Amino acid sequence: MNVIVSLILSGGAISILVAIPFLAVWALPYVFGIHLEWLFGIVIPYLAVIIFFVGIVYRVVKWAKCPVPFRIPSTCGQQYTLPWIKRNYAEKLDNPFTKAGVVGRMILEVLCFRSLFRNTKLNFGDGLHVRYASSKWLWLAAMGFHYCFLIVLIRHLRFFTEPMPFFVSIIEKVDGFFQFFLPVAYQSGLLLGAALTFLLLRRLLIPQVRYVSLPADYFPLFLILTIAGTGILMRYVFKADVVSIKELTMGLVTFSPKIPEGISVLFYIHLFLVSVLFAYFPFSKLVHMSGVFLSPTRNLSNNNRAVRHINPWNPKVKLHTYEEYEDDFREKMIEAGLPVEKKVAPTEQKE
Amino acid sequence: MAEIPKSWNVPSPDGLVKEVDHSPASMGLQKGWMSTTPVEIKPGMHCYAALPKRSKALGMPNPRNWSAMDEDWKLPRNWKEIVLEGMKERLGKFRSFQLFMDICVRCGACADKCHYFIGSADPKNMPVLRAELLRSVYRKNFTTAGKLLGPIAGARDLTLDVLKEWWYYLYQCSECRRCSVFCPYGIDTAEITMMGRELTNLLGLNIDWIAAPIDFCYRTGNHMGIQPHAYKEMMEFFVDEVENYTGVRVEPSFNRKGAEILFVTPSGDVFGDPGTYTAMGYLVLFHELGLDVTWSTYASEGGNFGLFTSNEVMKRLNAKMYAEAKRLGVKWILGGECGHMWRVCNQYMGTMNLDMAKGSKMEEPVSPITGTKFENAKSTKMVHICEFTADLIRNNKLKLDPSRNDHLTVTMHDSCNPARGMGFFEEPRYVIKNVCNHFYDMPENTIREQTFCCGAGSGLNAGEDMELRMRGGLPRANAVKYVHEKYGVNKLACICAIDRAVLVDLMQYFVPEVDVTGIHEMVANAMILEGEKEKTVDLRGEPLPGKEDSK
Ligand code: SF4
Ligand code: SF4
Repeated sequence: MNVIVSLILSGGAISILVAIPFLAVWALPYVFGIHLEWLFGIVIPYLAVIIFFVGIVYRVVKWAKCPVPFRIPSTCGQQYTLPWIKRNYAEKLDNPFTKAGVVGRMILEVLCFRSLFRNTKLNFGDGLHVRYASSKWLWLAAMGFHYCFLIVLIRHLRFFTEPMPFFVSIIEKVDGFFQFFLPVAYQSGLLLGAALTFLLLRRLLIPQVRYVSLPADYFPLFLILTIAGTGILMRYVFKADVVSIKELTMGLVTFSPKIPEGISVLFYIHLFLVSVLFAYFPFSKLVHMSGVFLSPTRNLSNNNRAVRHINPWNPKVKLHTYEEYEDDFREKMIEAGLPVEKKVAPTEQKE
Repeated sequence: MAEIPKSWNVPSPDGLVKEVDHSPASMGLQKGWMSTTPVEIKPGMHCYAALPKRSKALGMPNPRNWSAMDEDWKLPRNWKEIVLEGMKERLGKFRSFQLFMDICVRCGACADKCHYFIGSADPKNMPVLRAELLRSVYRKNFTTAGKLLGPIAGARDLTLDVLKEWWYYLYQCSECRRCSVFCPYGIDTAEITMMGRELTNLLGLNIDWIAAPIDFCYRTGNHMGIQPHAYKEMMEFFVDEVENYTGVRVEPSFNRKGAEILFVTPSGDVFGDPGTYTAMGYLVLFHELGLDVTWSTYASEGGNFGLFTSNEVMKRLNAKMYAEAKRLGVKWILGGECGHMWRVCNQYMGTMNLDMAKGSKMEEPVSPITGTKFENAKSTKMVHICEFTADLIRNNKLKLDPSRNDHLTVTMHDSCNPARGMGFFEEPRYVIKNVCNHFYDMPENTIREQTFCCGAGSGLNAGEDMELRMRGGLPRANAVKYVHEKYGVNKLACICAIDRAVLVDLMQYFVPEVDVTGIHEMVANAMILEGEKEKTVDLRGEPLPGKEDSK
């Protein structure tokens, strides 16, 4: 699968996904007089959310049920050892000895992408003077993307709550601090777009990353970009009827779904793509979000020598015992003056 | 430039690096990686196949004569079934394997972190792609999307060509775990390699350089296949050497019941230079302390090539340590300088075999010299000799004259396993700095948790894969060269027996001015011994600084 095919496949998939609600909501009523708003506004979103939660639970339970036979943290700092070998906080987190240390390590990993922060870039030069430069761009883009996504999600709570929780309006205020336009332009949306574009360009332009990329890597990027794009269009270009939309979304969360009049097809496209994202999430690489919590190289403490880790399936194995060993070499051992357990050769003894 | 032996079959260093191009612009434009199978199995980049006589004692499957270069690998007819069954079983037994199959996002953060990729530029040596080799088969057989969509979902069938590709790249990974340090989810390609190697071992696809040591170790107690009397003879030779150079006669004991401590170290140090000097260093140290310690010919191997074979083989070989500790009635085990041995002893031993120590006299290790409790080893009861010696030095229990090492300018290679499987950084450095006056670390991206492999870990330290070793060792050699040029470093210290064997070759190839040593060789050389004669030479018989004329 080369990059062109991957792009065509994932781009094609997105086009189809856009076309489905567009045709269904916009064209069907014209041509056949069929109205499918209820399908795209109610049924599919409900289904998607169910698939999302059931899927995630299924994945996590499957991982969690899988035993961890060995305690194998990747130790990224000085171990806990003699008391006078001092460890700073970073080392205690990068090579935790205690549960608290592990919790700290996981918080850093999940909230700050600690490992990605270490990233370096190979500078091979002539091959005899290889250097490694610190490289934080991927970390920056990843942080930008994930946190902006989170902020956008929180901002969307305004559609699902009445009254709006206080933190939503705080976030909106902060997010819209730099007022370029009216209506207020949220930085999070712009940054999200920028970070996504960076991640996409990086995937396309760095040959090594391009080489390992699959359609499954381009597809979510395109999907989220399109979702962001339709959202931005609704907000800034083809002003959406916010009041009706809120009526629909509130109907969904209060389990009294209804389809108000006057909602544009653009909204249905947006909502359908979001539904696809939700349903796709548990079965794709996007589950890394929940997987990272279970990673045995990160969520275990490096205390194997002090506290035994139990392997639930510790196999019974055949050993080559000392007695067998001595039987093999007894005469030679006696001759060499090595102590032995039995003085006589085993054959004689058996008789 | 030093002479490069013809038998290595490698070009000069300049020639070796010339064609290395990590990011050809065409990568991924012309062909996706899946359409580059079958791969060419190149001589010099892989190890010889296990001989049929190996490991019959361990009952390894499908013993036969075969070669990776052959078309026919003489696999059992149902090989595919065996592999897929094996994969299924391991997905259910190792959360690491299942999770790492599922959550990689192919961000590429790990791509340029692997020394084999750095030195070879073979894209399948990028950790992410090495893992994808297995992951693609996983998707095809164990995920719905993979079953339905095939290559679109990154899935492919397990064919003979795919199996050969697996094998080739699974035995081009030294399980060093450098990639796992940089992965945002901690995906450890070494773990995937270990699983992959377990699968190849179900078909009898081990390499001889691993199969021979496990076979020897199982029967004779050590990798080298040294029998008990010969082991003792070697040690007696060391005793004479030590007396020759220091005037002190040390008296090691073997298989001695009632000793306080059992000492276990890799047999490589008893067998080959320059590890032998480290072994002599241990003898000198134990003698000077009057330590109640015994060596064992039965547990005469600290290393464990089972780690590179399967968890069962690892357990079977490791069990000897506790069995012997119990039989001899020792209180605790002291472990010598070794890399993968300490990954096993730190992360696996207690879990696997602590039951064997039940009913023994073992207890929480306490240094009989300083009274220090090794709390961090209270469960496994095994202490690293560098911890032990660091504690001695800290408590002023050793008379040291570091100027005896003044002709050395030292740097230290962190071995992958104690580095990323333990976090063993300060102990050896503390010891070195107390026995040498000139110590310089290599650049920060090449040491400690970011250390680079010697290029020959995980059983790849054979003689027929020199190109692989030199390519994989390139980043390490480069960093040594850097401190050699900047500070005049002429000694590369390491705490690993495999390092001591293979870094010599690597230095000879890239930085011939630098020589390799274990830490306890330097310790012993710096020690002022009770009753020593006027010292003019070190343990290698080479003149001490200022004593060059008195030879
Ligand atoms: S760093 Fe981790 S997630 Fe990224 S490509 Fe490598 S293994 Fe996959
Ligand atoms: S474990 Fe080491 S050798 Fe293996 S892929 Fe990772 S970096 Fe490369």
